[in-house]
This record gives sequence, C-alpha cells and structure tokens, in this order.
Amino acid sequence: MLRPRIIPSLLVADGRLVKTQKFTDPKYVGDPINAVRIFNEKEVDELCVFDISASKAGRGPDFQLIGDMATQCRMPLCYGGGVRTADEARRIIDLGVEKVAVSTAALERPDLVSEMSSEVGSQSVVVVLDVRQRGPGDYRVAGVGRSAFANDDVAAIASHFSDSGAGEIVVNFIDRDGMQTGYDLDLARRVRDAITVPMTMLGGAGSLDHIRELVAVFGVVGAAAGSLFVFKGKLRAVLINYPRRDELARTLEYR
Amino acid sequence: MIGVVAYGSGNIAAIENVLAQLGQPCMRLTRPQDFDQVDRLILPGVGAFDTVVSRLRESGLHVALEEAVLGEKKPVLGICVGMQILADGSEEGAEPGLGWISGQVKKIDVSGLNHKPYLPHMGWNSVRPKGKNPLFEAVDMPFGFYFLHSYRFDCADPTSEIATANYGGEFTVAVGRGNVFGVQFHPEKSHSNGVRLISNFATL
Repeated sequence: MLRPRIIPSLLVADGRLVKTQKFTDPKYVGDPINAVRIFNEKEVDELCVFDISASKAGRGPDFQLIGDMATQCRMPLCYGGGVRTADEARRIIDLGVEKVAVSTAALERPDLVSEMSSEVGSQSVVVVLDVRQRGPGDYRVAGVGRSAFANDDVAAIASHFSDSGAGEIVVNFIDRDGMQTGYDLDLARRVRDAITVPMTMLGGAGSLDHIRELVAVFGVVGAAAGSLFVFKGKLRAVLINYPRRDELARTLEYR
Repeated sequence: MIGVVAYGSGNIAAIENVLAQLGQPCMRLTRPQDFDQVDRLILPGVGAFDTVVSRLRESGLHVALEEAVLGEKKPVLGICVGMQILADGSEEGAEPGLGWISGQVKKIDVSGLNHKPYLPHMGWNSVRPKGKNPLFEAVDMPFGFYFLHSYRFDCADPTSEIATANYGGEFTVAVGRGNVFGVQFHPEKSHSNGVRLISNFATL
C-alpha cells in the first residue's frame, strides 16, 4: 500500500543551511551537503531542498551545489530555488534530482509549469505555494502581486496548477513556519479538495504527533518539516534527526 | 563492466553513484563502440514515452543497443520509463516502443482509489514478487521502493510479469524475459532495497 511521505525540508541561503521563523530571521544551521549525507544515512523517505536566496538575489540555481547534494542521495530529492526555465529544470533533473520546484517564477509566468512538464514530465514538476492567513478560512498565496493571477485564494491557485502540469503541490504555510504548533488542517483540507495531484504540507510540524494527525486525516499525503528534523528541544539546538523506520511505522496510522 | 546507456534521459548520475558505492565498475555508453566494453546494461528513462523513445532512436545508440541485447543477449535492466519503452507502445504517445517484452503501456486506472491524490503514483509502496527471481534476492519487498509515474506496463504474456504493486488495483511493476528486465520504480532512489536490487542485477 502507498505510504505517506515524511519529508525533511532544508533551506539553503548563499550555500549555507538556515532555518527561519515565519520566513524571517534565518539562523545558521550548518553545511547542506553534510545534512543531506546524514538524512541519507537515516534513510528518509525523500528530501526537499529550497534555496531561499536565489530568487531574491536574481540568481539562477546553484548547479554545483545541487549536483553535490544529489550525489549523496539514495532517496528522491526535490530542489527549488531560482528556477525560471524548463531548460534549467532539465539540467537539474540531469544532475540526479527527481523533482524540480518552482514558486515565484510560476506565479509570474504560469505557463512555465506546463513547459517544465513537457520537458521533464509532470511527475517531476512541483509548485510551492507560500501561504498567509488573512482571516478565518481565508488563506492567500503570497507574492501574487506581480503575477498573472487576479485571485490569490490558495485553493484557486492550487487548482490551476494541479490542472496544468504540476505533479505535486507543496503548501508552505508562512504563519506556522518554525512555530512547531502543528499543521493547519483547515488549510490542508481546502487545498486537498481543490487538487487531484499529491499534496505536501510544510510549516508547523513540531512533533511526530503532528505528522500522525495530518496522516490520520488525509492518508496518503506529504508531511514535510524543517525545524522538527533539524532542531532538538526548546532551545533549538541543532541536531539532524529523523524517526527510525520502526518508530515511523508505529506512529503512523492511516486509512 | 556495467554500461549505463547515456542517450539523454534518466537519472544516470544517481545510478552511477550506486554502482560506485557497490564498487561495481561502470561506464556511460555514449557511442556505439562503447557497447563492446560492457557485459550488461542499465537503461534509464524519465519523462514522456514518445520523448524518451525518440531520444533513444535519435541518439545513434539504438542499433548498438539492440545488437547487445537481442544479438549478444547481454542482460539489460530498464528503469522507470526505461522499462516502459521495452513495450510495443504506450497510450501516452504515438511512437512504437522497442517491443522486447510484448505489452502496452497504459494510464494507471485510479477509479479504484477511495481518496485523493490520484496521479502520479508518488511515494514508497510495497512490491510483491511473482515467484522467485534473483533480482529480488534479500530485498525487503514489503518495504518496497519509491515510485513516481502515471503509466503502467500491461504485459501481453503474464509470464513476463515478475512483480506487482497495488495502487488503485494490482499492476505490473517489474518485467523479465530472458536477459531483459525492467522495473517501474526507482532502485537508484530506494535506499538499501534499491542498492540491493542493482547489486543483484550486477551479479546476475
């Protein structure tokens, strides 16, 4: 039976591993290659690496870093950060990466997603939506201002990409980024109902119980987490961690 | 020496990394004459069926590949779309496949799934072997492998099917006929199970 995917999510800025809270205040965590190597040894389900400095600096993907990370991975790797063309996506796939994620570039030019899909196959195209909550039940995709979308409602945008070539939608909830208070299940439900492709939630996971909760409701789902797998304890000491296989099997109950 | 067919599709670097970890000498096959230097082949492939099979035919390696596999009977392992192109054709496209294992590639039928998501089939799933096959020796089959696809191989001859998985229904995820093998999942991205499978293929 297909299992839910439990996914460490790493943020890279200028070649260094960082961790944010509500998308601000990046703290240095360590060396990305080393972190990838450790997660590989722990046999994680799959790994996401997002370069949060690339787009801001107007840079493209760091192909050297991507290749180095891919070399360490015996599990699927999803890379995002600064990707703007189908050709870049192709180069990244050729380095040994399974999936390429786009966010800013897809909002600004939605056709990019179908172009990438034609080039590398939709199964390898991930759209990451950064989300903020405006009010009860009201979730908006951030960064839509410069985009082609008139409606920034997360379900509407997620649905558009699910129908036009994305193989997966990652919902990155800014409000709970680094907060470790749990996933927002209402947000998850709204997106899940709007799309047919795999969905991955990111932002808020603080314990395996939070992951269990998400899986209990949604079954086959991606549960991504940054802080949970990178820090330990209230003082957020850096410790790359991931549950053992038997621990994970015990923790997860899903339909 | 294992040859990885480098015709422009598939996760060659990842496969090479596993072979390096296993201490298995390997080389990228980029010219027809390269095929003489290897005794077995891995055929990767990712993306749309037509794109992949066209790329293979346009690469200049197609004839040497056929000679090595059909003529010299060198073992070959197709991975993901590299397995799908072993078929006669695909619903996904118009191009003919290699036809080395008779069958058609069809879209996975998701009507049997009670809940979303539907496609692609993405994640770790158990694999059930049909009979005993050296490819799966010492592999934890219930733990399985990583899948990332929306189309599946429908064998014309059931004896070509060597393993299945369940997603909306049971379907073929590994084929084998003589020296030709194929796996739908990604052994190069399935941790110890995948390393083991590739090792088994290397020592067949």
